[in-house]
Amino acid sequence: MNAAVTARPPAFVPNWPARIAWIALALYAGYATSILDVSWARFVTGVDNGIRFVGRMLPPETEASKMTLMLRGIYETLEIAVLSSALGIMLSLPIGLLAARNLMPPWLTWPTRLLIALCRSFHQVIIAILFVKAVGFGALAGILALTVASIGFIAKLFAEAIEEISAKQLEAIRATGAPFMNVILYGVLPQVLTRFVGFATYQFDSNIRNSTMVGIVGAGGIGGTMFAAFQKFDYDYLLTILLAIIALIMVSESLQNWVKKVYQ
Amino acid sequence: MTVASPIEREWRRHTPRQRLARFALYFGLVAACVVSLRTVQFVPEFLYDAPEQMADLLRRMWPIEWAHYPKGVHEALIETLHIATLGTLLAIVMAVPLGLLAANNITRHVGINYLAKLLLVSSRSVNSLVWALLFVAIFGPGALAGTMAIAFRSIGFVGKLFGEAMEEARQGPIEALRSAGAPWGSIYLKGYWPQVEPAFWAIALFRWDISVRESAVLGLVGAGGIGMAIDSAMNLFQWERVALMLVAIFAVVILAEIAVTFLRKKII
Repeated sequence: MNAAVTARPPAFVPNWPARIAWIALALYAGYATSILDVSWARFVTGVDNGIRFVGRMLPPETEASKMTLMLRGIYETLEIAVLSSALGIMLSLPIGLLAARNLMPPWLTWPTRLLIALCRSFHQVIIAILFVKAVGFGALAGILALTVASIGFIAKLFAEAIEEISAKQLEAIRATGAPFMNVILYGVLPQVLTRFVGFATYQFDSNIRNSTMVGIVGAGGIGGTMFAAFQKFDYDYLLTILLAIIALIMVSESLQNWVKKVYQ
Repeated sequence: MTVASPIEREWRRHTPRQRLARFALYFGLVAACVVSLRTVQFVPEFLYDAPEQMADLLRRMWPIEWAHYPKGVHEALIETLHIATLGTLLAIVMAVPLGLLAANNITRHVGINYLAKLLLVSSRSVNSLVWALLFVAIFGPGALAGTMAIAFRSIGFVGKLFGEAMEEARQGPIEALRSAGAPWGSIYLKGYWPQVEPAFWAIALFRWDISVRESAVLGLVGAGGIGMAIDSAMNLFQWERVALMLVAIFAVVILAEIAVTFLRKKII
């Protein structure tokens, strides 16, 4: 009787594979740090540089001609974000539908899914490099690059949302003899519209964030101005631009919340 | 008698307020698109010869210069992976305490919660390329700046999701441990940790996947990794090498995704 009680397994069994994994992770961190050649001296100079850097950033630049230049950059950034989102959303609707495995035959979904995966696999800035070569410097390259990135994101999630819908409503509409377009319009879209609006607003928000960056490789927007200020060591102007970008992102975030409330 | 009888009232799905909000939204959308289309500056001639330019680009990229891989790409690619992994690890180390401070069932002080959330939000709202610019100015060009950029961008992401996972932990096991007189270390290790462990690994793996993609471009602003190699190859118009690097990045991203899927199944 007593033996049975004492033979009870311990409440917390030591998990050796997990412990070994933790130790391996710690060893890796040590090894990788040694490669980076991080030394105490470098850290100290870094802190020193950091203080000087912040000192040169303050106070932010407010000269009128530079402010107009910045506002023009912000305006172009917004144009890129709006147009790439509009184009991306419009293209994602059909592409997402074509990639949904419960509606389309496999010979159609596989190529479409491959296209979506290709759009997703590169960072927006790398896609922007290729478009800068194709259509030249300026906002158009940024618009096309972010459109590609939007398709990769929205079309994928849209296809997944369609695959999760209830088949009963589709059957009901098919049973009335409705043609294919009506099945899509009255059976599929009402079920996924709210989620689609959610993806679209999220993508608009991230397009605003990314359109501030594509300028680094010459694809238009505030990023070009920012990178130029950085390379000219014009750090107080850099701070002004950074503050403007952060303000822009905050406005965009509250806009996103409002749209979600309208559509909940 | 101006009030319509209930039977004559027309049924509408939305209240006038909702309809007004939706109308404002549609109007704003269309207006934004129209204004942007009318004012955006682009040269139509560039668009006409875009297919030609694209064909030219592909011709220059072909044949891909495979022989360059062991000389100039392999090392940069490994450095990129180190930047992504070490940056994510560093971010987790810093994000876990911040996440605990932001979770209102762990830290019962609204002011501290708010402060921690503010720090997490500001980490997230600065793009990793901007973080990279700042750290290049501080530490100079190189992989250290890239690692710090990845780490500081990831703190907000990991900290927010980890804090939310902590807030969702069930209180039953915690109360049981507490009433048994367990010290606080045991409460966290045996009460909270088993509950948030799956979420923790999911967040860490997800973030690592994103970091691998992002670390490939940090080099464009001088923060180390394969981006620096791409930048110099592009400046010298060596498109065969750029093509090779793009293929290499593509392969690494796909491999990272496969690894994440595999580990996720294994751990969670």
